[in-house]
Amino acid sequence: MATLTTHPDCVTVVSYRFGKGAAEIERYIQLGGYESARKALALGPDGIISEMKASNLRGRGGAGFPTGLKWSFVPKQSTKPKYVLVNGDESEPGTCKDRLIFEQDPHSVIEGTIIAALSVQAKMGFIYLRGEYRYLLQIAERAVAQAYTKGFLGKNIFGSGTDFDIVTQTGAGAYEVGEESALMESLEGKRGIPRIRPPFPAVVGLYGGPTIINNAETIATVPHIFRIGGAEYAKLGTERNGGTRLFCLSGHVERPGVYELPMGYNLKKMIYEVGGGIPNGKKLKAVVPGGASTPALTADEIDIGMDFDQVGKAGSMLGSGGVVVLDETTCMVEFALRTMKFYAHESCGWCIPCREGTDWLKKSLTRLHEGGAVDKDIDNIRYLAENMLGRTFCPLGDAAAMPTIAFVQKFRKEFEDHLEGRGCPYHRAPEPEPALV
Amino acid sequence: MSTQPSQSATLFSPALAARFNKLVTLYPVKRSALVPMLLYAQDEIGYLSDPVIAEVAERIGISELEVRNVISYYSMLRTKPAGKYHVQVCTNISCMLRGGNEILDHCKKKLGVPNKGVTADGLFSLEEVECIGACSWAPAAQVNYDFHENLTPDSIDKVLADYRAKAAK
Repeated sequence: MATLTTHPDCVTVVSYRFGKGAAEIERYIQLGGYESARKALALGPDGIISEMKASNLRGRGGAGFPTGLKWSFVPKQSTKPKYVLVNGDESEPGTCKDRLIFEQDPHSVIEGTIIAALSVQAKMGFIYLRGEYRYLLQIAERAVAQAYTKGFLGKNIFGSGTDFDIVTQTGAGAYEVGEESALMESLEGKRGIPRIRPPFPAVVGLYGGPTIINNAETIATVPHIFRIGGAEYAKLGTERNGGTRLFCLSGHVERPGVYELPMGYNLKKMIYEVGGGIPNGKKLKAVVPGGASTPALTADEIDIGMDFDQVGKAGSMLGSGGVVVLDETTCMVEFALRTMKFYAHESCGWCIPCREGTDWLKKSLTRLHEGGAVDKDIDNIRYLAENMLGRTFCPLGDAAAMPTIAFVQKFRKEFEDHLEGRGCPYHRAPEPEPALV
Repeated sequence: MSTQPSQSATLFSPALAARFNKLVTLYPVKRSALVPMLLYAQDEIGYLSDPVIAEVAERIGISELEVRNVISYYSMLRTKPAGKYHVQVCTNISCMLRGGNEILDHCKKKLGVPNKGVTADGLFSLEEVECIGACSWAPAAQVNYDFHENLTPDSIDKVLADYRAKAAK
C-alpha cells in the first residue's frame, strides 16, 4: 500500500479522495466523482480550456508547461484522429507519487482523461503505466471497466452523443519511455526512441494524429480543478504556479513520505517541519529538489519556495516533485556516480552525445571514486557534461548532464579529496562477490 | 496480415490466447499490442523463448527480428529464464541513501548468487534494478510484481523465507 503522509500544512486537493475507498466507482460518485466531466461537457471545448488556463496548472511530469496552453495547441480541425495519452510511466528516481493516485483514486485519472478528450474532441485515450506497476494496471483496468458499465466511457458518454474509449497498458521497463515522444513510439509497439520536434505532439503525435500528452498527476488534478473552480485552484499556489502538488520526500529525513503541499511551499520547512528534519542529529549537505535529473541545491540554497519559477531562479528545477535529502555523511562523488550509472543504463543510444557521454561520465566518475583519477579529470567531467547539453533529441542527455555539472561546481572539494589514489573518504569496504553456485 | 494461430497451435493458455486475440483489436494498429503482449507472455512462460517470439511475431504480423529489436530495448523483458521468484533490489539514489546497497549485498550472501544470478534450485534470481518508484518507502525491492518496502536485512530475510515457504506448499 502506497499511502499519503500528512502534516498540518498539507492541503487536500488531488488527495481529496485518497484513503476513502474511491477506487470503487460507487464511492467515487458518492464523493462527487464524474460531476466534473458533466460540467466540462456543458462548458464545451473553449470553456474547458479557459478554465484550465485560469487554474495555472503546470505539467507535473517535470517541464512545468502550462496545461491549458498545451491543450489549446491541438488544432480544432484535423483529418487524423486525435488522442489523449496519460503518462504514468513514472520512473524519475525520487518520484513515487503516481502510485498513490492509481492505487487510491484511479477514477480521477479516467475522469481527467475524459475532460482532456472533450477539450479537443478526441475519441480515444490511453493510460500508459510503467511495467513495474502491474498491480496498478489491475486497479486501473477494473476502474475503466466500471466506467464503461456506467456509460461514462464507450458510446454516447453521459448521454452526450460523444464517444470516448480508454485503453490501459504498461511498458516493460524503460526510463526513456517517460519522455513524451519515446512514449508514443513505445505505445506504437516500437523501441522507445525519441522523435525530433517540431512537429510537437499537439500537432503530430500518436499514430500521426494530434495528441494531448500529460503526466498522470496533471490529469488526476483536472477533475479537481472543475470541482473547485480554476481560479480557486490557482489561488492555492503562487503566481503562475497554480494549486498543489504531491511532493515525494525521500532520503535522509525523519518522516519520508508523499505529501500534498501548496505550490511554492518553502523547501526548508518541507525538510525540517514536514519531514521532521535530518535523522540522528546529522547536518544537511544537499537536496535534489525534483528528481535525479535536477541540479542539487546546497544546504544554504534551500530557503526557497517550491514552484517552477523560484526553483528555476535558484539554478535548479522543480521537476517531478521528488525531493531527495542528503545528510553530511553522503559522498557526493558516489552520489554523482550512482546518478550517472542510472543515466548510462537508461540512455536509449539514439543520440551519440548522450550514449557516449553518459558512459564516459560513468567511467570517469568510477575512476574518481576509486581513487584513480588525476586533477584534470574533474574539469573533464564538467567539460564532457557541458558538451552534452542541448545536443540530443530528448532531454535525457540534459538530465544526465545538468546534475553532474552542479555536483562538480558545488562540491568540487569533495571531488578533489578523492584524487591522487586517496579514494573515497566516506566509502565502505566493497563486499566480495559470492562465488557462483 | 497473417492469420491468427489456431487454438491448438498456441503456446499460451486458452485464457492468455483469448486475451491476445482481444489485445490486437484494441488499438488503431495491431503492433501497439506488442509490448504488453511480450510482458504477459513472459509472465506465463517465464521468459521470451524462440517459439514465444515466433508466435508473438505471427500474431502481430511483423518479423521475428522486429520483435527481438523491441525486446532488447526493455529491461524487464528477458530471453533467458529467471528464478520462480525474481528478486529486484533497487539501489538508485533514494534507496542508496537508506541502505539499498546493504540489502543487495545481503541478498547476494543469503541466496549465494551474484547480481543477475539464479539459484541452483531455480527458486530465486537476483537483480540490481533502477528506481522502482518506492522512494519514500526506501529501501525497497520487488519480488516479481510485489513491492517490499522499508526493508532491513532482517525484514528481507523474512520476505525471502516467506517465498521459500510458499514454494514448498
